[in-house]
Amino acid sequence: MRKRRGAGFDRAVARENSVKKQTTAFELDGEGCEVTCGPDEPLLYVLRNELGRKGVRFGCGEGLCGACMVLVDERPTLSCDTPLWAVAGRRVRTIESHVSDWRLHEIVTALTQAQAGQCGYCLPGIAMRVRALLADSAVASREGIAEALDGNLCRCGTHSRILRAIETAAERIGRAAE
Amino acid sequence: MTEGPTLPQPLAASPQISQWLDFATDGTVALRSGRVELGQGNLTAFVQIAAEELDVAPGRVSIIGADTRSTPNEGFTSGSMSMPVGGQCVRLAASAAREVLLAEAAKLLQRGKEELRMVDGAILAGSVPTDLTLWKLAAKVSLDVDIARHAAPKPPTQRSIVGRSLPRIDLEEKITGAPFVHDLSLEGMLHGRPVHPPTMSARGVTLDMERLGQRPGVMAAIRDGAFVGIIAEREVDAISAARWATGVARWDDDAAFAGDPVEQIAESCEPSEVVHSAGLLDDAQGERVATMVSRPYISHASIGPSCAVAQWTGGRLMLWSHTQGAFPLRDALAMVFDIAPERIDVIHMPGAGCYGHNGADDVALDAALMARAVPGRPVRVVWSRADEFSCAPLGPAMVTRAEATIDQTATVTSMQVMANSAPHGNRPGRNGAPNLRAAAYLDAPFAVPRSSDVPAASGGGADRNATPLYDIPHQVISKRVVHDLPFRTSSLRALGGYLNVFAIETLMDDLAASRGIDPVEFRLRHLSDPRARDVITATARAANWPGAEQEGVGTGLGFARYKNTAAWCAVIVRVEVSEEVRVTHAWSRIDAGEAINPDGIINQTEGGIIQATSWTLKEALALDGAAVDTAGWEAYPILRFSEVPEIDVQVIDRPEEPMLGCAEAAQGPTAAAIGNAVFRALGVRARDLPLTRDRLVAAMT
Repeated sequence: MRKRRGAGFDRAVARENSVKKQTTAFELDGEGCEVTCGPDEPLLYVLRNELGRKGVRFGCGEGLCGACMVLVDERPTLSCDTPLWAVAGRRVRTIESHVSDWRLHEIVTALTQAQAGQCGYCLPGIAMRVRALLADSAVASREGIAEALDGNLCRCGTHSRILRAIETAAERIGRAAE
Repeated sequence: MTEGPTLPQPLAASPQISQWLDFATDGTVALRSGRVELGQGNLTAFVQIAAEELDVAPGRVSIIGADTRSTPNEGFTSGSMSMPVGGQCVRLAASAAREVLLAEAAKLLQRGKEELRMVDGAILAGSVPTDLTLWKLAAKVSLDVDIARHAAPKPPTQRSIVGRSLPRIDLEEKITGAPFVHDLSLEGMLHGRPVHPPTMSARGVTLDMERLGQRPGVMAAIRDGAFVGIIAEREVDAISAARWATGVARWDDDAAFAGDPVEQIAESCEPSEVVHSAGLLDDAQGERVATMVSRPYISHASIGPSCAVAQWTGGRLMLWSHTQGAFPLRDALAMVFDIAPERIDVIHMPGAGCYGHNGADDVALDAALMARAVPGRPVRVVWSRADEFSCAPLGPAMVTRAEATIDQTATVTSMQVMANSAPHGNRPGRNGAPNLRAAAYLDAPFAVPRSSDVPAASGGGADRNATPLYDIPHQVISKRVVHDLPFRTSSLRALGGYLNVFAIETLMDDLAASRGIDPVEFRLRHLSDPRARDVITATARAANWPGAEQEGVGTGLGFARYKNTAAWCAVIVRVEVSEEVRVTHAWSRIDAGEAINPDGIINQTEGGIIQATSWTLKEALALDGAAVDTAGWEAYPILRFSEVPEIDVQVIDRPEEPMLGCAEAAQGPTAAAIGNAVFRALGVRARDLPLTRDRLVAAMT
């Protein structure tokens, strides 16, 4: 008889889902929202399945790849590893705010202009990580950008294009913010 | 048309213009390809080709990839065949459409066809506008005619839309939208999760199915043989229940394995076969130099775990999948469910990059098995990260030995290569079996047949690139497919080409070093192929070869023509070796024939270099007996942003030459370049991949 080894439990939903549903209110992409479900449910699934934010991507469920990254009060946050209750009353920003957030818009534009993508699955998470990096200061060296992105995995090997694109975005944001 | 004998194979099955092109919507050309977008930009390139031949702005061309309901059957999108076969089909079909429509215009206008021109879909007589358009003509004439009879592609000098780097048609949506199969949201859709046994030989499972069915939110729990599926209204409930089940399930399985699989592959006594020979080894004079290299099992390691959505309605199955082969998957599923393939529709939707045969097809069967329990309802299934590492086919472990003789004039007179490898050719439907994971352990199982490797006509599997491109008079090239290991393997980018190029190029450097000759110079002495010489010399120039000598720093070269029939590619890297190997710079020149979208080729080559750097420096799956032990990224580090080299890639465009596949050309040369650079930096050879600190220490002692 063999037990399945290595099928590690994703940390985010370690507890049983038997907690009663409750309503959690927070700000999502600049607008107020309320959602009623288990407070321990990972933010990732709430955003994708209850609130239609499909640009937040499932990658590992263990907070190790960055595909699900969003901003919570402007801080980069792995939504697969964050329970819903933790964002009550806070500001959550996803890739979908690229239409209203000019910095994020510049980042997305720079990525497309540089053709900095292959499959594209990791890119929303990367864009959000960079949005956090460029929140206050747009001065970011290539090394600084790379270091900030070390928690975001890309498998297609598009790294060097992404770094180039983000350097461009940082320059543009820096100029616009002056 | 004059190119009759070179008609690409998909045109035999789908010979008519109307099977590829549709002009029903005014102002728009709808192109149907049997290939799929895997993140490589091939659909963008097809749009360019169609726009070129039809003289319309690329923005007018819409394209769909493989869909068994409407597109031609082009089998698998694999093996770097999208451009040479898929692109050529589009070129022939679109040019045939232009010829047929222009002939109709000539008839209507009573002018000679050669007097007419098309400008963005409008017909001009000389330079005079007419009231005819592509769309009006298409409404008057049947396009149910053979492409082969009418195709007349433009000569290279008249092309203006191809050869330019058009931006990807799909990239922005992939950043800001919801284009992936993972994002599909259908009316009444349920969420499923599988619980797979750790090995393929499991025969049953001990699991309290009643308790599983009572887990919170679980709507149905199914078991078929050793396969367990959980269906819930809410995704989080399906995940929670699957985790519980994974933790308590015990599988009936006697699979055992002990020892080092790479060693067993090296020492295998399974039959080998000679795949290529030239001259007579006995005639080769000189000193013998040999090398033996290996790579472990590695993972495709897609960033997005595999996903599919399935729905059974009235005995028909509808399936949305990021498979590489919608039609082969349909046939494999038909085999499992014992129904006619016509009762199954497979619709391709994008997934994260797969890099070969990963779990995409397996999860499609999982979804179909679960959806069968809830007829009428679509069921979306996503694998866990652990499933993706442990249940998807592995990239095969390999051991390749290469031996040469070198004479007094420093000429290589013979080369023998023996590629020992776990199987590469286990795609769905190949070898006469479904080759879908769960099918192996259902109540009525489908035995996994012995893999008959990828045929030589497709570039070979274990023996891919085992035949050197160098001018060596005496050669014996062999392969041995090793089946006697319990791990499930299949195609991973570049297949055997990755390790075989590493072997041959390691040997070439060792041979050059044995005579004190510069590695670039040594290769050029053995290469009469002008396109091979060009990529090597251009790369060497870009890299300022050989670079300054410096302690702990080295540059190295790797070269191959992928499959010996696709793109020529040379890679030079610079490494710094301290505690670990760090690739700081990479230069590459690639010749993929006619470049439809040069930036697309550059992007693929950059990606190939980075992914292969990751394979070469870091990657190995951990095994536990007959199962995969690796379950997450912590146990499987890949190259990160701060570790990627500065990369300089340029394309040598040859507009007069046929299009060649490019996306798997850099992997072998990159591995070889790194190994050779490490050799120059340290003066020792580490021959077993990955080139980790431990391996380097072992090589030095």
